[in-house]
Amino acid sequence: MTVGRLRTQLGFLLAALVAATAAIAVAAPFSDAMRGNTPIVDEPTPPPLQNQENNDVRRVRSHPMQPPTIPHKIDGYQLDRTVNRCLFCHARTRIEETKAIPLSVTHYMDRDGSVRGDVSPRRYFCTQCHVPQDAVKPLVDNRFEDFDTASQRAAPAKPAKR
Amino acid sequence: MLRLLRRYWVVVRRPSHYLSLGFLTIGGFVAGIIFWGGFNTALELTNTEAFCISCHEMRDNVYVELQSTIHFTNRSGVRAKCPDCHVPHDWTDKVARKMQASKEVWGKIFGSINTREKFEAARLELAQHEWERLKANNSLECRNCHGYDYMDFTRQSPRAAAQHSTMLASGERTCIDCHKGIAHRLPALPVTKSEKQVSMASP
Repeated sequence: MTVGRLRTQLGFLLAALVAATAAIAVAAPFSDAMRGNTPIVDEPTPPPLQNQENNDVRRVRSHPMQPPTIPHKIDGYQLDRTVNRCLFCHARTRIEETKAIPLSVTHYMDRDGSVRGDVSPRRYFCTQCHVPQDAVKPLVDNRFEDFDTASQRAAPAKPAKR
Repeated sequence: MLRLLRRYWVVVRRPSHYLSLGFLTIGGFVAGIIFWGGFNTALELTNTEAFCISCHEMRDNVYVELQSTIHFTNRSGVRAKCPDCHVPHDWTDKVARKMQASKEVWGKIFGSINTREKFEAARLELAQHEWERLKANNSLECRNCHGYDYMDFTRQSPRAAAQHSTMLASGERTCIDCHKGIAHRLPALPVTKSEKQVSMASP
């Protein structure tokens, strides 16, 4: 096989690919679960804001390492270099009075795993991992099952009822 | 000096020669209305938000911070202006506060917080003054709008209801003890990023 023939074949293949992509693009109107039908160049109107969950009921975690969600509003909470509003209640020294959940010991560990006296800078910005929840319909389908459910279903001895 | 005072005292004491009693009483009454009205009008003029933010110190720092908070923008459009929280509403207290504010005029003239850096450096002290003031008067300016007697605990979140029905009800705590930094950004408390700052947040 000469180099010339190979190049020709490759050229054909590329052309076919481009044509196919274009055909698909023309045939199917743009649609996306997050954006709706708004073309990519236009800005979609955002959905109205929901009220954040504020019932103070702790949600079940999907897996042991999941950062717990925040079951209350955090509107206007100052969280920056100088002030951490979350720690006003969740700090180790404050929980007796506020009855808030204290930070776990991992938040005091530096990257080498040694426990420090104060919150580690890498764990200082709470909302990097912990987020409040809105009562909204998920935009994309999610078939996640936690380990308990999945393992029960997989167990041959007692087939799980779903 | 004493002789000068005595001379004026004699003049003031002497009965009027030329002006009628009617002119003096009615004239005095009318002049009183004008002076008193003028005084109060001027006082009220210094009690407007427009007056506060006519200085860049207020306009560029604290006023900007207020704008994103619930006390400036919210669903029902009721908002607090500077004097609603920072000046007592009772006349005597208001005049006392206005006299204190002469120090702020001094600060304006000599530019004690005329740059962002100077303002940030003074933020803790300024905030502490306001916290102390509100603590001393049992959060009077908060209570001008937020009446404890009219709070419906069933409409509050469980957490808020729990705090308000215990600590606030017993008078153990007042509004400002927990609600610091709701209208402006909080200062960097002495020990940054530490939990020690937290114990400073309450008495």
